[in-house]
Amino acid sequence: MPQLAGPTDPAADARWPEVKPRKGFFTDTSICIGCKACEVACKEWNRNPRDGDLELLGSSYDNTGALGASTWRHVAFVEQKSERIEKARASGRALIDLGMPGMGPPAPASTAPVNTAPANMVPTETATPDTPEFRWLISSDVCKHCTHAGCLDVCPTGALFRTEFGTVVVQADVCNGCGTCVAGCPFGVVERRTDGTAAPKTERGERKGEQPDVPNLGVAQKCTLCYDRLLDDETPACAKTCPTTSIKFGDREHMVALAKERVAQLHAQGRTEARLYGANELDGVGGTGSVFLLLDEPEVYGLPPDPRVPTADLPRMFKRAGLAAAGMAAAALISFIGGRG
Amino acid sequence: MTTSDYDSVRPPESPNEGRRTGGRRRRARPGNGDGARELPVVPEADFTSYYDRPVVKPAPWGWDVAAYLFLGGAAGGSALLGAGAQLTGRAALRRNCRLAALASVSLGAVALVRDLGRPERFVNMLRVIKLTSPMSLGSWILSAFSAGAVVAAAAEIDRVTGERLPLGPLRRVLRFAEGPAGLQAAALGPELAVYTAVLLADTSTPTWNHAHDELPFVFVSSASMAAAGLAMITTPVAEAAPARTLAVLGVTGDLVATQIMHRRMDPVAAEPLHEGRPGALLRLSEALAVAGGAVTLLGGHRRPAAVAAGLALVTASALTRFGIFEAGIRSARDPRYTIEPQKRRLAARRAAGITDNSITTAG
Repeated sequence: MPQLAGPTDPAADARWPEVKPRKGFFTDTSICIGCKACEVACKEWNRNPRDGDLELLGSSYDNTGALGASTWRHVAFVEQKSERIEKARASGRALIDLGMPGMGPPAPASTAPVNTAPANMVPTETATPDTPEFRWLISSDVCKHCTHAGCLDVCPTGALFRTEFGTVVVQADVCNGCGTCVAGCPFGVVERRTDGTAAPKTERGERKGEQPDVPNLGVAQKCTLCYDRLLDDETPACAKTCPTTSIKFGDREHMVALAKERVAQLHAQGRTEARLYGANELDGVGGTGSVFLLLDEPEVYGLPPDPRVPTADLPRMFKRAGLAAAGMAAAALISFIGGRG
Repeated sequence: MTTSDYDSVRPPESPNEGRRTGGRRRRARPGNGDGARELPVVPEADFTSYYDRPVVKPAPWGWDVAAYLFLGGAAGGSALLGAGAQLTGRAALRRNCRLAALASVSLGAVALVRDLGRPERFVNMLRVIKLTSPMSLGSWILSAFSAGAVVAAAAEIDRVTGERLPLGPLRRVLRFAEGPAGLQAAALGPELAVYTAVLLADTSTPTWNHAHDELPFVFVSSASMAAAGLAMITTPVAEAAPARTLAVLGVTGDLVATQIMHRRMDPVAAEPLHEGRPGALLRLSEALAVAGGAVTLLGGHRRPAAVAAGLALVTASALTRFGIFEAGIRSARDPRYTIEPQKRRLAARRAAGITDNSITTAG
């Protein structure tokens, strides 16, 4: 059985004879402008069909909704007022204090920039880069390509597999659409594809134009980190198209280093709300292949605050199940020994 | 506040607009298409979500999977009872249990295949043996169980129909194999009944995952109740004494395990088990289990009472499975059930001084 939790090199753990450097994304949400070019490039390259009916969701500029079978990049938009901005800054500061115990007294509770790295301190005019009373959080979400992937662990057919790049990919011709991976994913990424037109059309003009046939119907679908492009030494479509380099692609190790550099830079500017998500290999999924720099708590972006791959507890579950099964057999035995008559 | 020349043409701003913090959300908000709006309720502990959208996705499973949870349990328990009857020479109980096992496992398998996104590829389930996948192990358990159950039940069908199955020389093989086949199915019966608990628990669906310690016990108890109930309905009381004992043990196990589960679970993750339709199903299930158990104890040796108790127990078992199934699906659809327990456990770890294993880091 492969390792179920904790730090590891996933490709080596999957016993690839020749392990390539683990690939990943670093999505720096602080420089995302919400152009959604990544969503479009992903759809085009992977030939993903339309996801349901076109509708306005009333959630800022996000009319995509969520990651899904046919949406492998999703740009989230959150509008925040000063109260939330200050909360985010405070929660980030608490995180910084947590990371460095014994680094002197806790930071002052004021909203003034906190000087965490005096050597890199930048001029004051960049210290509060947002408009103080309003900000947009914009983040391009994607499959996390976890070190310990819940979807991959529970897949019964072997349709989901670990690539030599340490990423997680579905073989659409093997998957039988059992849907276990959908429930297995702690991030709600993978989904079984339907044709998205199950609901009867009640309004005129909802379905504009002819839609091409939906490929891979009824099977699980998710981001492949452009496995086909990786094999040709190409950058994934979303990262390639990103005009602000908010989506960076490369060796995971390098991505984590970049992320740490960037978050330190933002902290030095007093933007204590900046934090990393997925860079810690000791977390519940063993670190993610897609690392994010966030400017508020993860749940604000629709990300789980403390995900844990369910399979990490599988040995314990098997023990409990074994005990329960033995109990059932014992109950049957008692029934026949005790219940004469 | 910023001002502009166009402020006068803006619609008036509601005081609550843009807030998504605090407060339990109700899905039905008539005339309110704006996911960012908040109902004026008492705020709860710092709960924020992304426009009230789910964090995890529910399994794309319909009622047929819930039915399979019940049928698999009933089949496993029936095979156990059938083997006991086989070993203690209770012919009617043996026949009825073997037939019940075959009927439930066949219906269950059909339900499972029906629920696949690509039913024609169901055989891919046996493409690999994967220890980390309860669904893979379950498919193998189900297949091996079915092999035994089919042979054992075929022998019974052959006997009932007066040896009319077109078996020819195979009849002798069948007579020889039915005993071992019945025992083989019984050996896999408890596994068949329990693996579905691990299948549900080994997911990110909050209510199922948080119940992972107790769910196996609830499921085997429920399976015992179902199988015993079936046997009490179908078998004359003279031979059904073991079924009655198993029924009472099953009811006891079910009530105790369910109580422990409710008590030990994260209170928020347990909420879907108490509220709405799943809550109603589970309460009804409990009442029927108690009633069925009591009638079994008091009047189980009289046929009408045994049939009534059996019906109550079978229904109780089915309701338990449907209730737990639906509670899980609901818990995945509401971000609160994912976010709140996770925040709480993260805070608890931090309070205990463990600060190195958070997915969110300062650098």
